[in-house]
Amino acid sequence: MTIEQPKISIKNLHKSFGKKIVLDGINLDVAAGESVVIIGGSGSGKSVLLKCILGLLQPEQGQIFLDGKDVVPMSARERKKSLSRFGMLFQGGALFDSLSVWENVAFGLIQAKGMDKEEARIIAVEKLGRVGLNADVADLHPSELSGGMQKRVGLARAIAGDPEIIFFDEPTTGLDPIMADVINRLIVECVKDLGATTITITHDMSSVRKIADKAAMIFKGKIIWQGPRDDIDHSGNDYVEQFIHGRAEGPIQMDVLKP
Amino acid sequence: MNFLATIGTFVISAFASLGNISIFAYNAVSHIFRPPFYFGLIWQQMLHIGYFSLPVVGMTALFTGAALAQQIYLGSERFNAEGTVAAIVVIGIVRELGPVLGGLMVAGRVSSAMAAELGTMRVTEQIDALVTLSTDPFKYLIAPRIIAAVITMPLLVIVANTIGVFGGFIIATEKLGFNEAAYLQITVDFLEWVDIRSSLVKAAVFGFFLSLMGSYHGYNSRGGAQGVGRATTDAVVSSFIMILLTNLLITITLFGNE
Ligand SMILES: Nc1ncnc2c1ncn2[C@@H]1O[C@H](COP(=O)(O)OP(=O)(O)OP(=O)(O)O)[C@@H](O)[C@H]1O
Ligand SMILES: [Mg+2]
Repeated sequence: MTIEQPKISIKNLHKSFGKKIVLDGINLDVAAGESVVIIGGSGSGKSVLLKCILGLLQPEQGQIFLDGKDVVPMSARERKKSLSRFGMLFQGGALFDSLSVWENVAFGLIQAKGMDKEEARIIAVEKLGRVGLNADVADLHPSELSGGMQKRVGLARAIAGDPEIIFFDEPTTGLDPIMADVINRLIVECVKDLGATTITITHDMSSVRKIADKAAMIFKGKIIWQGPRDDIDHSGNDYVEQFIHGRAEGPIQMDVLKP
Repeated sequence: MNFLATIGTFVISAFASLGNISIFAYNAVSHIFRPPFYFGLIWQQMLHIGYFSLPVVGMTALFTGAALAQQIYLGSERFNAEGTVAAIVVIGIVRELGPVLGGLMVAGRVSSAMAAELGTMRVTEQIDALVTLSTDPFKYLIAPRIIAAVITMPLLVIVANTIGVFGGFIIATEKLGFNEAAYLQITVDFLEWVDIRSSLVKAAVFGFFLSLMGSYHGYNSRGGAQGVGRATTDAVVSSFIMILLTNLLITITLFGNE
């Protein structure tokens, strides 16, 4: 049996902001066509991890291999080329507010792939349909949409170019349970049908159970547990136990003032 | 000791931001000359900067030209040299007041708007999103703004100069009772090519700096709405300083040894 090269391999990644250490030696492998879910407390550095992989933030130490090639020291030009293989849903949506909804979704198709506008619009409307938005919203501006609708437009934009690797930062936050399930299925489809490799950040345990091949938990800048989805309910790890059951008591202490 | 430390910190941070601005300017300029060019965005910015600044710039020029004519008349009456009004108005407006006041007005309007827009894009991660969609923010956001400002400012200043001279003409002929034809004749006689050229060079340079400062402060803004607010203020203040400083340098270079 040959050991396949992981699609993304993160080795000993460190990132801090000033004195604040956010990532303190992350190690994580993501196989091709795998769906990895990252869980962890608010402010534990999940979004920062994704931004380091994308090159939006520069880590102080460590390597990030993409198909065996370290992306941390890449030049701007190489990075631009490698980014064309990625799709990213930002936690806050990050929609371009000067453009209409369909122009947002079609942005990568038009700007990076040089597709003509009519064709890109057709694809954009189709992708909007995949996230449960009909053609009426295509000509609206993002500020005219509800929070959950904005999130779904961001999702449509992330998958518009049929990327090889897709990052979803809290895809179901702010959606109703039914729509959340639609989105979970969409993510599973991306992995199963398109063969995409995905990393999803979520706080939603039902989402973890539906989409994860593998789950990883981040705590104090390190991956403290990782394993297949089915192991998450009997991980034998107190931190994971506390997290998935949402208990305030346990090894993870929230810094809150008690009256 | 503490006092020296404060001065030291100030000097170091001033040099650091000067260095950062220089690197930013170098990046921006190098992107201006390399494709792809976003002509649609350049045109959109030209409209923003030029067309929508016309009322405020025109009004400033009109009133300044008029006030200038009145003051020169009062000042020169004693020497019985009423004819100098036309000459000084046209030279003062074209060489200095047209470009400088135009630059300051546009800086107040446009530089702040650029900083606010780019700053908001920064804090809402739109600039990050742009990068992940394989689009260079320098090409897509900053180069079009700088190109548009450098092209538009000279056009705007031509208009400002014309209106400024006209403002002087109105006061001189309507209020001070000058002969219209004679006034215009003196105006044309005194205006030289070098004046017009310096006016246009200044305008282009001011356009460059006000868009550079707006872009720099917006692009590098940090920390939510407050950060965007600070970026806006910094953009306007630094644009003003750069405009007044480069104006002096250009004036000395072009007219210093006349
Ligand atoms: N650009 C930045 N500058 C300074 N500090 C930052 C920056 N981005 C993130 N941080 C800090 O890094 C830490 C981790 O942030 P991150 O956004 O990754 O959290 P998260 O795990 O995604 O949390 P959440 O689940 O709430 O989204 C936070 O404490 C935050 O204050
Ligand atoms: Mg986050």
